[in-house]
Amino acid sequence: MSAGEIRVAINSDQDIVLARQKGRVLAIELGFSAVDATFIATAVSELARNILAYARKGEITLRAVQGSNRKGIQIVASDHGPGIPDIHQAMRDGFSTSGSLGLGLPGVRRLMDEFSITSQPGRGTTVTVKKWRQ
Amino acid sequence: MEVPILKQGEVLIATFQAALSDADLENLRRGLLQQVVRFRSRGVIVDVTAMDVMDSFASRTLREIAHMIRLRGAETVIVGIQPEVAFAMVQLGMTLEGVATALDLEEGLAYLTEKFKSID
Repeated sequence: MSAGEIRVAINSDQDIVLARQKGRVLAIELGFSAVDATFIATAVSELARNILAYARKGEITLRAVQGSNRKGIQIVASDHGPGIPDIHQAMRDGFSTSGSLGLGLPGVRRLMDEFSITSQPGRGTTVTVKKWRQ
Repeated sequence: MEVPILKQGEVLIATFQAALSDADLENLRRGLLQQVVRFRSRGVIVDVTAMDVMDSFASRTLREIAHMIRLRGAETVIVGIQPEVAFAMVQLGMTLEGVATALDLEEGLAYLTEKFKSID
């Protein structure tokens, strides 16, 4: 198992593909099932897509994490974009300000086990998600 | 990466690869519609067997393709959605409402053949 973290800069739609491929590879390396690896890759895709849509550029960081008696994967999506003024609203299904369908964040939360978001208007947004191995 | 579009009689078949970018999907949408018009196709099969992730953009683009082609008077059927991908799509909240799906290429062709018969 690789101890380091994988960083993928998100600047274009090609980077979304690259990030989700790396997410899947790491998930498989860490012993996740095919279903969970697909969930993880899909979550990475949505998080990278949000970066591109709202902040134009940012970064996805993937790393293995160790819980008390379980292994998992952590994905951090961070940008220095405009931030989210109302996080509660952003977490509702169907909400979007970018012209997309806006299913991104609530969907990502359902795909993963843990979800947290911090955002400061004008400073950027960081979304951190984790999934634990079954 | 370009998606190859094959013509088989009245049907067009587009086969997705795993690593399609948003731009590739948009090109496919445009390409399929152009070819449906050019060949006066009556059916389109989009084979997504190789797609390992179907995120919100890919799902939405597929739905748009099917609806545009229906407006043109042809039928679209999406084939080969992998079980893990279907599971993730549902969790994500994406559905392909109003879009026909089938297990694989063969069943997709059978579906279209039946559809054509009922119209003729």
